[in-house]
Amino acid sequence: MDLNERPVHELLELLAQGAIRLEEVLADLEAAIRARDQEVHAYLALAEQEELLRDAYAKSQTLLRGLPIAVKGNICTLEFPTTCGSRLLEQYRSPYEATAVRRWKEAGGTVGGITNLDEFAMGSSTEHSAFGPTRNPWDLGRVPGGSSGGSAAAVAAGTALAALGSDTGGSVRQPAALCGVVGLRPTYGLVSRFGLVSFASSLDIIGTLTRDVRDAALLLSIIAGGDPQDSTSLPVPVQDYTSQLRPDIRGLTVGVPKEYVPGQLGAEALALVDRWKAVVEELGGRVEEITLPLTEYALPTYYLVASAEASANLARYDGVRYTLRGVGRGAAEMIAASRTLGFGPEVKRRIMLGTYALSAGFFARYYGKAQKVRTLIAQEFTQAFTRVDFILGATAPSPAFRVGEKVDPLAMYLSDIFTLPSALAALPAVSIPGGKVGGLPFGLQLIGPRLSEARLLSWALALEEALS
Amino acid sequence: MQTVIGLEIHVQLSTRTKLFCPCRADYFEAPPNTLTCPVCLGLPGALPVLNKRAVELALRIALALGSEVRERSVFDRKNYFYPDLPKGYQITHHDEPLARGGRFTFFVDGHARTVRIRQVHLEEDAGKLVHVGDGALVDFNRCGVPLVEIVTEPDFRSAKEARAFLQELRTLLRHLGVSSGDMEKGAVRCDANLSVQVGDRPGTRTEIKNLNSFRAVERALQAAEEYHRELLAAGETIAQVTFGWDDHADRLVVQRTKEQAQDYRYFPDPDLVPLVVTAEWLARVRAGMPELPRARALRWLERHKLTPAEVEALLPEPALANYFDRVAGELGDGKTAASWVLAELRQYWTGEEPPLPAEDLVLLIRKVGAGEISRTTGKELLAEAAQTGKSLPELLARPDLVQLGDEQALVQVAQEVIAAHPQAVADFRAGKAQALGFLVGQAMKKTEGRADAKKLGEILRRLLSP
Ligand SMILES: [Zn+2]
Repeated sequence: MDLNERPVHELLELLAQGAIRLEEVLADLEAAIRARDQEVHAYLALAEQEELLRDAYAKSQTLLRGLPIAVKGNICTLEFPTTCGSRLLEQYRSPYEATAVRRWKEAGGTVGGITNLDEFAMGSSTEHSAFGPTRNPWDLGRVPGGSSGGSAAAVAAGTALAALGSDTGGSVRQPAALCGVVGLRPTYGLVSRFGLVSFASSLDIIGTLTRDVRDAALLLSIIAGGDPQDSTSLPVPVQDYTSQLRPDIRGLTVGVPKEYVPGQLGAEALALVDRWKAVVEELGGRVEEITLPLTEYALPTYYLVASAEASANLARYDGVRYTLRGVGRGAAEMIAASRTLGFGPEVKRRIMLGTYALSAGFFARYYGKAQKVRTLIAQEFTQAFTRVDFILGATAPSPAFRVGEKVDPLAMYLSDIFTLPSALAALPAVSIPGGKVGGLPFGLQLIGPRLSEARLLSWALALEEALS
Repeated sequence: MQTVIGLEIHVQLSTRTKLFCPCRADYFEAPPNTLTCPVCLGLPGALPVLNKRAVELALRIALALGSEVRERSVFDRKNYFYPDLPKGYQITHHDEPLARGGRFTFFVDGHARTVRIRQVHLEEDAGKLVHVGDGALVDFNRCGVPLVEIVTEPDFRSAKEARAFLQELRTLLRHLGVSSGDMEKGAVRCDANLSVQVGDRPGTRTEIKNLNSFRAVERALQAAEEYHRELLAAGETIAQVTFGWDDHADRLVVQRTKEQAQDYRYFPDPDLVPLVVTAEWLARVRAGMPELPRARALRWLERHKLTPAEVEALLPEPALANYFDRVAGELGDGKTAASWVLAELRQYWTGEEPPLPAEDLVLLIRKVGAGEISRTTGKELLAEAAQTGKSLPELLARPDLVQLGDEQALVQVAQEVIAAHPQAVADFRAGKAQALGFLVGQAMKKTEGRADAKKLGEILRRLLSP
């Protein structure tokens, strides 16, 4: 029946009608995992089928009826190790679970498995996992994007109904684009970070990877809302985003920044972008070419801010705890040896960059300046939203690239250029499948004003319906 | 040559919970690693949430020191690796502290000295390393315990001043109810810096870390001062060195030299939002401020006419001071209250709670004052009540005491003594005044010392007068 290919909201309806049984959903999922995960390698850990069933039965009368989602390997769960794709945390089991996971479970959901990621969410291809790369289900020779590549690939491969990911500079949206699924990055602070292993605290947020926009609304309704355990979470009450969905963009102005559709996208992608604009107009919206000239500064700004925060956030992995320990005479040597042994090259690169940016004598020039530019980028968006209702563009500059293709770190960083600015500005953004380029999924990104999730998802739904 | 000293004092706040998590903050003698949670262990994904109570206690300190509380302060991360620092950084106010400025007046050899305060800020404590064999164990209980750091300007001119300041500061902290002030339990820790200025030329600063007793502060600073003066006298330059203090050896120990100076890479902690102290909040804290020790001392000197020695004895322990104030207030006689509290009650005060409720002491003092019982009996009853926990009103209700308290009973005792000692009676009537003393002594013996000797004397004199 391929129930594993259906979105969560449809399954819930079918379950409510008694048209299907939960065992059938779980059986289809298990079959898909058996058939595909060996080659895709989206999962780092999987729940026992019997346990899922037992949990599901107990929750059959709840909102989510025991349906499982996949959870990215940097979000704490009680049931599985939280490795963050790192050797350093290979043995680590969290004694507590993330607020988002707890809310999902309290609503009657379960956790089907833990998905692969670039180590500590640093990367755009899910090649930088200590436990091997994840492959793109559309083409196993290609990457699924990253760092939430495991979550995106699992949804795309039909081995998960939906998944949680985390987005620091594009880690939900870019893999969603490369895998042809929907990826939502909520407004910074709308979803609690409690239990999300910190990479860059001022940018990190838990997002969703789903089969369609309705599922994004459904998942967000459950995981969003202020959390007393996260001082940076916004005091926003829990709300039902699904019931607020109005797929109607008549009379709206859609800004298309020229910086988000540069010539190097290639003819096929540019034609696709033209199609999106045409669709907007067919739906009664107005397209306005805009410019966000600070876009070019987003990449250096992001890498300074994120790496600086990461250099401190990752200092806790010192070999004193978390099992992995290097050998050295005295504490300092032991700590250095542990970190040398435990971290992969990309993580080391960013720790060094961040440490440098914060060092005495360089702080003002790098970290301090980056914070100022960040403020300017946010102001540029605020300005833009006085003229347009939302911003539309490509999610990533190219469809999925080949495994091993981007060895130069800068080339890899450039795959996030369209997702970085809105992350720096703490804005919500969603990537939906926008068509194909070279036979591979190509993502369309919508960016909305702060806390505009209900409207942003409505617009995304309108475009999703028109494009499919 | 002029010695210049500045202090940085770390005060452990007596909050129930830690600075950023709900763990109990009173770690003293708790079994290792029993007062921890994901937040204070810095486990992946755990986030700090600021303890409002700790902020309020810090605000009390700032207000008491006359510091200017800043409406907005920012917690920074101070980055360094050490096994007792589970996050690899310490959360602390740095660039934008809680309060700036202020001053504190204290007495050295009877003379008032005032030093300026540079800033008052909040930070979290680190854990503890316990060295065993060639390795070390880590106890994270202390991690995240709230500290207030008070930084003074370099206004001290001698080690003695620094010590006197610290002693009075501790009294202030205790009266504010913000800290136990116990240096021996690490609740107050002190870092010092010292330089010796020649003419107008500022000297090189020497840091001394972790001074954990008043004596250590004074001794370490004296040693550093000697070190500087000797080098300067010999015409040598002074290297920038950080010292520790070895209490047993009574000497400074080099901890690190300038080449090893650390770069802490401070930056605002993105897990926390700026701390905003509104005018309303500050006003509430101000309204809840207890009377400061200086004001209290003045009140006692002026209203109760206590001697400076009595004030000094009553003031350091806020519980004792409060007790005295209650007794003095009820009694309306501070002098008598002070003498009873200091000479009699204080010796039995060993625990947290007073050995005798204040109203009981008032009752006792009144009975003695009224002559219903003797001062000796009063002291004995106080001792009995304090040591056995028996209720003083019940002890006072003992029948033999009641009899002795009333006039009738004493008259009877006096008559018996007169009858038994005709010779002494005759001597008294013959003008030998000391014979009365003998008779009083006999009467006291009969009452086993419970009667009021003064009253007995009066009764005997009355009965024997023609
Ligand atoms: Zn704790």
